[in-house]
Amino acid sequence: MSASPEIEEPVHAAPRREEAGPAPRRRRGRLMEFLIESFLLVNGFVAIAAISLIFLFLFKEGIQAFRTIPASHFLQGRELDFDNVPQTVMMWQPVGQNPKYSLVPLLLGSFLVALPATMIATLFGVACGVYLAEVAGKRTREVIKPSIELLAGVPSVVIGFFCLATLATLLQNTLHTTFRLNAMVGAIGVSLVIVPVIATMTDDALRAVPAYLREGAHALGANRWETITRVVVPAGASGLVAAILLGMGRALGETMIVLMATGNAAQVTLNPFDSVRTMTATIAAELGAVPQGGEQYRALFLVGSILFTITFLINLVAEIAVARMRKRLAL
Amino acid sequence: MNTRRILAVAAAWTMGAAGLAGPLLAAETITVKGSDTMVILGQRWAEEYMKANKDVTIQVTGGGSGTGIAALINGTTTLANSSRPIKAEEKEAAKKNGSDVIEFKTAMDALAVVVNADNPINHLTMQQIGKIYTGYINNWKQVGGPDKRILRYTRESNSGTYVFFKEHVLNNRDYAADAQTMPGTSAVAEAVSKDAAGIGFGGVAYFADNPKLRILKIAKDDKSEPISPLLTGGKINFEVVWSQTYPISRYLYVYSAGQPKGAAKAYLDWILGPVGQQIVEKIEYVPMPGHAGSERTAAN
Repeated sequence: MSASPEIEEPVHAAPRREEAGPAPRRRRGRLMEFLIESFLLVNGFVAIAAISLIFLFLFKEGIQAFRTIPASHFLQGRELDFDNVPQTVMMWQPVGQNPKYSLVPLLLGSFLVALPATMIATLFGVACGVYLAEVAGKRTREVIKPSIELLAGVPSVVIGFFCLATLATLLQNTLHTTFRLNAMVGAIGVSLVIVPVIATMTDDALRAVPAYLREGAHALGANRWETITRVVVPAGASGLVAAILLGMGRALGETMIVLMATGNAAQVTLNPFDSVRTMTATIAAELGAVPQGGEQYRALFLVGSILFTITFLINLVAEIAVARMRKRLAL
Repeated sequence: MNTRRILAVAAAWTMGAAGLAGPLLAAETITVKGSDTMVILGQRWAEEYMKANKDVTIQVTGGGSGTGIAALINGTTTLANSSRPIKAEEKEAAKKNGSDVIEFKTAMDALAVVVNADNPINHLTMQQIGKIYTGYINNWKQVGGPDKRILRYTRESNSGTYVFFKEHVLNNRDYAADAQTMPGTSAVAEAVSKDAAGIGFGGVAYFADNPKLRILKIAKDDKSEPISPLLTGGKINFEVVWSQTYPISRYLYVYSAGQPKGAAKAYLDWILGPVGQQIVEKIEYVPMPGHAGSERTAAN
């Protein structure tokens, strides 16, 4: 569940190597070891191959959208208004006499859910991670950490249903929003999914901060708060950035909750209390019913390619951040 | 890639056909393709017909009215279901391929427009509904209601109802961007029943029994009388659908390339006969004029 192996590696790498060192071994043992190593290696490459194939497949289908749809239509289309005056509109409405394929409302929708979700989850997730790593006693930790991980195991359709049935009404009654189902309802639901991601990764990152830094701070007379805010958190900052970014990547990719809770209106808006349509919800709702190989089918693959590229870049930045932290702490 | 897929499908079908060939050697197969609105109706017809006629196999698939008509033109299906009339260019294309398309009106359907029961509005004109759904009317005040922003609910774009409403009520204009898409007509009913400023549409049967909803009377234009799709008892009013005085009524068609022959002709005759029309009524569409069941005649 936790991403700890990557981060803890520098701490444990040295002793592990010693174990596997030059102690005399029997041939059979070596063979076994070779086989296991090869097996693990192949598995590692399977992941790379899978990702490359997904990339290729998505882009191969997605790029074909440009064969029939002019590139400018992915930004805006034209439509006659009620007095038959042509207007430029940014609209995703692929079914009709004059299909519209603007990606603007979908991109806005995705970020209008993912950004608030990441903010909410960062607030609670980082606080929770700091508490687990730096403040909680062993017992408390043993109760809290598995509970958080359990939260990550709640099926997203259940969270989606909770948002749809309960949270939406509650939020509308307290905030008097126009739309009962809106981006914020979805964002709160999605934040429930990514709080565990951020909390466990923050915990892991901070626990990878070597003890001598804390001891040094204490020795210089810093109290616990000062140690956390001025020494431990800055030392693990790249790890925290990685945790938040991975959470955001997950938020952008979340489908079921947003499909159920955001109201699915593809409008161009910056108001998080408006009803929105995310890229994931568009694909989920429309792909199942379009003729294969048709224009809308390809446009949906293009949406998928763009979504994949965005999350890929976010995860890449997160990986770089983790690598940087590892390098800094392994001084 | 495509040829390979076609070959694979062909191979699968050949194998399947070989397996079936023994028991069903004499069987005739009718393929029906098209409108998603009509898939359930089409499948129910096929099931019942096959029960009574064991020597006929009927395969019904959806894909949309346009897909079905295209398949008919290309000769890959025996019959096409369509919830819209065939277009002139489609007829031309079929003629070029050597056959005149024959049209059968097999059933009718009415779409209801609903608002929340707390909304005092009880009738609208077609133009007002069109302007509401395209985003030119945004406040209930503009149509004589309370000062509240209108919240529009529609269906996912793969729904035949979405397309029919877009073509016939919105005159092919786009839905307003803030129209919220719902996964089904029951979800539309649920949303409008919770939303005092909401408006939705769909098959009459989905809304008729919900006390939190009001099915609107609809007028063709300013001068016409608003018509309700319902009888006082809450059942669909077949008369106004048949005469199309209720403005959002539509025929559900079956098309055939050339005069149907053999099994296809027998099947179509059966659909248009009393048994086929009873099935239409059972799944809450409107049978063709003159075919109302006994229950309906009593209600009238």
